[in-house]
Amino acid sequence: MTIEQQTENKLSDMPDDNGHFGQYGGMFVPETLMEPLDELNQAYINYFQDPEFLAELDNDLAHYVGRPSPLYFAERWSRELGGAKIYLKREDLNHTGAHKVNNTVGQMLLAKRMGKTRIIAETGAGQHGVATATVAARLGLECVVYMGAEDIQRQALNVYRMKLLGAQVVSVESGSRTLKDALNEAMRDWVTNIDRTFYIIGTAAGPHPYPAMVRDFQAVIGREAREQSMQHEGRLPDALVACIGGGSNAIGLFYPFVDDQEVSMYGVEAAGHGLETGQHAAPLCAGKPGVLHGNRTYLMEDKHGQIIPTHSVSAGLDYPGVGPEHSWLKDIGRANYVSVTDEEALSGFHDLTRIEGIMPALESSHAMAYVKKLAPTMDKDQFIVVNLSGRGDKDIHTVATIDGIEF
Amino acid sequence: MSRIKGCFAQLKQEHKKALIPYVAAGDPNPEITVDLMHAMVASGADIIELGVPFSDPMADGPVIQKASERALVYGTSLSDVLAMVKTFRLTNNDTPVVLMGYLNPIEVMGYECFAKAAHDAGVDGVLTVDIPPEEAQSYIPALRACELDPIFLLSPTTTKDRMTIICQYASGFVYYVSVKGVTGTSALDTDEVAKRLAVIKEVTDLPIGVGFGIKNAETAAAVGQVADAVVVGSALVNLVEQNARSLSNEEGNKKITADISQVLVSMRTALDV
Repeated sequence: MTIEQQTENKLSDMPDDNGHFGQYGGMFVPETLMEPLDELNQAYINYFQDPEFLAELDNDLAHYVGRPSPLYFAERWSRELGGAKIYLKREDLNHTGAHKVNNTVGQMLLAKRMGKTRIIAETGAGQHGVATATVAARLGLECVVYMGAEDIQRQALNVYRMKLLGAQVVSVESGSRTLKDALNEAMRDWVTNIDRTFYIIGTAAGPHPYPAMVRDFQAVIGREAREQSMQHEGRLPDALVACIGGGSNAIGLFYPFVDDQEVSMYGVEAAGHGLETGQHAAPLCAGKPGVLHGNRTYLMEDKHGQIIPTHSVSAGLDYPGVGPEHSWLKDIGRANYVSVTDEEALSGFHDLTRIEGIMPALESSHAMAYVKKLAPTMDKDQFIVVNLSGRGDKDIHTVATIDGIEF
Repeated sequence: MSRIKGCFAQLKQEHKKALIPYVAAGDPNPEITVDLMHAMVASGADIIELGVPFSDPMADGPVIQKASERALVYGTSLSDVLAMVKTFRLTNNDTPVVLMGYLNPIEVMGYECFAKAAHDAGVDGVLTVDIPPEEAQSYIPALRACELDPIFLLSPTTTKDRMTIICQYASGFVYYVSVKGVTGTSALDTDEVAKRLAVIKEVTDLPIGVGFGIKNAETAAAVGQVADAVVVGSALVNLVEQNARSLSNEEGNKKITADISQVLVSMRTALDV
């Protein structure tokens, strides 16, 4: 490599051809999946250069998803916090109510072009399951969604939505009966039904090419936010804030800004009952690197390398791993990873609802809770873009139960 | 010569096929494992595949998932498994032992530290389900430095080009996964397996083991017609589950050992006909 080429290397050039972000990422899967992943990678590389594919994707994002999503200036909340201006990237206004659909629309177009007739997915909070069932319904494809038995109880509304959309929801009873176990089960299904099945992973994790591919489908969030920041403020934001479970909404917002060193980035993990209690879902803040679900990344594990149970009030953040690109951005110091507790997240939920009339998902409420801490430390002429990744309707039951209300 | 290589060389001389039973270490309790290993050898096992329990066994079907869960109730760790092999070696210096499991426990211990400990305990080969050769640039040398055979899987989706690459890195034997699917899957098509093995034999002289879907003496014998080794896992672990549920530890362990021995004897007999 010449010196000229080296100076041209940007953070946004990652991953390498084998899906590595530094020491993270990669393809740690059973042999049966290596060929199918290679086939998927080829399709991903080819179609991302195909103008016809990209035009169809843009058309679906505009007319089916409802993009671009607004960048809304939360004026009253900004005034109340007394620091930086706060802009909300309104992914909650997308069809199906969260950012997840950006990715499922994209992967479904790939599935169609690859001639796959059966769609599978894993889901935690149910948002990705609903987004997958939605696009499968639209194309009339068979759809099976794996969901932890624990999550099925917590997210009954989304389970019913998926069923209405014609998906089969399979309750996963193994392990901790949450998102990680749903992912294991979906992988097992994929290995078994590889020929006609397309596995739509919902987050920017898993084996290569998923972390890069999901990021590229979600990066529409950051591209729009960039343009909208220029329209509103005539410059790039001072800080970006997003919640992190697997990290797809965060990487979608961050990625188009990674080469702009003046833009700070904050990924907010779920501290659950508090990092010190061990009952949380914050691998970047309190975990160690390891290998799970096809990639090397920060994990929550015990000293023997067993994955340990996680806790978060929000089912969508209740995952012991995280997308490998976040692990890399942490290690090189490009992004900051912080955490807020269940209690803080709930206060974020209530504040945004009360002050702006917008009810955020409990996942997104973690990002709101961190904005409450960050904004007052910044100047009034600075501004933050926070990803409001999903709407809170699905969580009303959980919030009510915590508040001691029975219906 | 490594124990695995020696084992296959001797079987070849005797025109016999290797019988490789799999059990998960510590399933249904840690007390059973070493005795069960000895009993399996006495019943005709040539190589023992010992499962290292993992919290997220994504390539395994429900039977072996539950085996991992039962073993983890007792906290059976990779270090504990190595200690079991060490105890087994006190009275058996001949039967090769292959560890089968997932990468993360080995990552946490560190490749070099693990390889040294495994060699010292008397382990002969390591089959890590979720590390393809592409990701194994430091893993393979660490194993080789301690005279451990890296065992790799080949599957129905593996192209001939990939087979060639994988077989360059493998030693001891290669393990052909007979079906697309997880462990414990039902249907195994012997004709299809025979076709695939013919292709594998074009790219390597290593012995070929076949596993996934071998249920009884009949399927073992059929696969033994075309393969060098027959791996049986879920059919044995099923017997653990049945007895662990209904009996106390002591009675259960006796019954499990007896039942597994009986199945192995029937497979051995069928293979040797």
